[in-house]
Amino acid sequence: MTQLEKKVIALLKDDARRSYSEIATLLGVEENQIKTIVTDLEKQGIIVKYSAIINTEKTGEDYVDALIEVKCTPQARSGFDAIAKEIYKFPEVKSVYLMSGTYDLCIQLESKTVRDVSLFVSERLSTIDSVTGTATHFIMKQYKEGGVVLNDETDRRSDGNT
Amino acid sequence: MDYTKYLNKTALGIKPSGIRKFFDLASERKDIISLGVGEPDFDTPWVARDNAIKIIKKGYTQYTGNAGLPKLRELICKYYLDRYGVKYSPNECLVTVGASEAIDITLRAIVNPGEEVLVPEPSYVSYCPCVQLAGGIPVAVPCYAKDNFSLTADTLKKYITDKTKAIILPYPNNPTGAIMEEDGLKEIAKVIIEKDILVISDEIYSELTYNEKGHVSIASISGMQERTIVINGFSKAFSMTGWRLGYLLAPLEIFEVIKKIHQYGIICAPTISQYAGISMLEESFSDDFNSVNEMKSEYDMRRRYCVSRLNKMGLTCFEPKGAFYVFPSVEKLNMSSDEFATTLLEEKGVAVVPGSAFVNGDCSFIRISYAYSLKQLEKALDIIEEFVKEKTK
Ligand SMILES: Cc1ncc(COP(=O)(O)O)c(C=O)c1O
Repeated sequence: MTQLEKKVIALLKDDARRSYSEIATLLGVEENQIKTIVTDLEKQGIIVKYSAIINTEKTGEDYVDALIEVKCTPQARSGFDAIAKEIYKFPEVKSVYLMSGTYDLCIQLESKTVRDVSLFVSERLSTIDSVTGTATHFIMKQYKEGGVVLNDETDRRSDGNT
Repeated sequence: MDYTKYLNKTALGIKPSGIRKFFDLASERKDIISLGVGEPDFDTPWVARDNAIKIIKKGYTQYTGNAGLPKLRELICKYYLDRYGVKYSPNECLVTVGASEAIDITLRAIVNPGEEVLVPEPSYVSYCPCVQLAGGIPVAVPCYAKDNFSLTADTLKKYITDKTKAIILPYPNNPTGAIMEEDGLKEIAKVIIEKDILVISDEIYSELTYNEKGHVSIASISGMQERTIVINGFSKAFSMTGWRLGYLLAPLEIFEVIKKIHQYGIICAPTISQYAGISMLEESFSDDFNSVNEMKSEYDMRRRYCVSRLNKMGLTCFEPKGAFYVFPSVEKLNMSSDEFATTLLEEKGVAVVPGSAFVNGDCSFIRISYAYSLKQLEKALDIIEEFVKEKTK
């Protein structure tokens, strides 16, 4: 990837709603060039999707985020991939990662209630044959999400005399 | 009690800072969005903070030698040689309490009562008071928007008299963001050598230049090092404002006299900060100034963003190539800089610094600092745009 492509990606990761013209201004290049780069990155599947970061505390809606550690027995030919696939097909699963260390898969789950989470674990996860164990962690508070500190720190600078 | 008779006349006569005055106004309100602060919004890099903590734990909390830690002075000399091609011996390097102290004691070391010191205008607020306190007479040398606020040899010539002792060369410039290119420096160097005056070169923003060539120190121009006192520091390059760490580089004979004033007035720069400075420079040499460059490219984006937005809304500004300020004109609104800044603050809650803080009298420019996140810049500039629209109706 070129230096410029990397910079474009960094700017979009920071704020996906930046226009081509704004990105062009920030990087000091022509707008058309940015348009070509972004379209290309989308086509290649490098930019997969643009989404919003939500401060769930402020939405006033019930919302539970959980991280679930999963231990499983890899299958003969497909290793962990087939198990991951079985798990990620559920819409409430936000992300699935294969991990190094003491467990195998890490699932990030987005549900309405604690009960939803327990149902997911007891009825969906544990019933998958190769799953040998799970540990569920509820997320209690969001401090930083997608690189953004949610309750912004105050500016400590003193408006001195410089 | 009438205190005036007890107080020093020169100190009494110094007018209050225009920046201070303005922020006192701003501090009366809570919901202000500020684009006023003249210090980096980045935290000091972790190496410096970490090393300072270690140094405190080890108990290295005594004074250092007057001139500063030998290791730090060596590194500063290496820095000036590597970055700007000027060779100094550590014996010509004095570590100070910020560039601020360096400015003050340099002026006190060279100025005799009644001698004139040229101060390009607009520029940083501390020069004129320091000249006055040293017994000298500050003489403003105007720099013009048509020259992108750099100093020209022609203007300079007009202001040199028999009494001129030195000129302060404040580039990259606060508040205009102007820099001096090598050619321009050569032109003014000719005049300076011919008229036999000294140069105090405040290069505190030297790391923050956005042109191809980067900062050029006037000390690197042939014949200039012997008549130049270079002033720089860690505040802006390494986001270390609160550490109060700066330095100056000067020919040995001048250095010795400046050091005497420092020795009696200050003893030494803060020891812990000096150690932090050592680790900061060592780290920078070892990662090839990577973190400085990253910070700079962040400033650079904000700079382009501000210039583009301001010009679009009709507050014209040239593209500044240094520091972290843009200096747009508010002429189009038929307002003075004071009026613009005060009305903007009162009606919209956005603080910018009026150009009047940096000149004698008023002018039609305002200083916008881009030491703020793009998000905050966008928010504030949206409001300024709305304000400009309302006022031009
Ligand atoms: C041009 C200029 N010189 C010197 C200083 C003071 O720097 P220091 O923190 O090193 O005293 C500043 C601070 O804003 C400045 O803008």
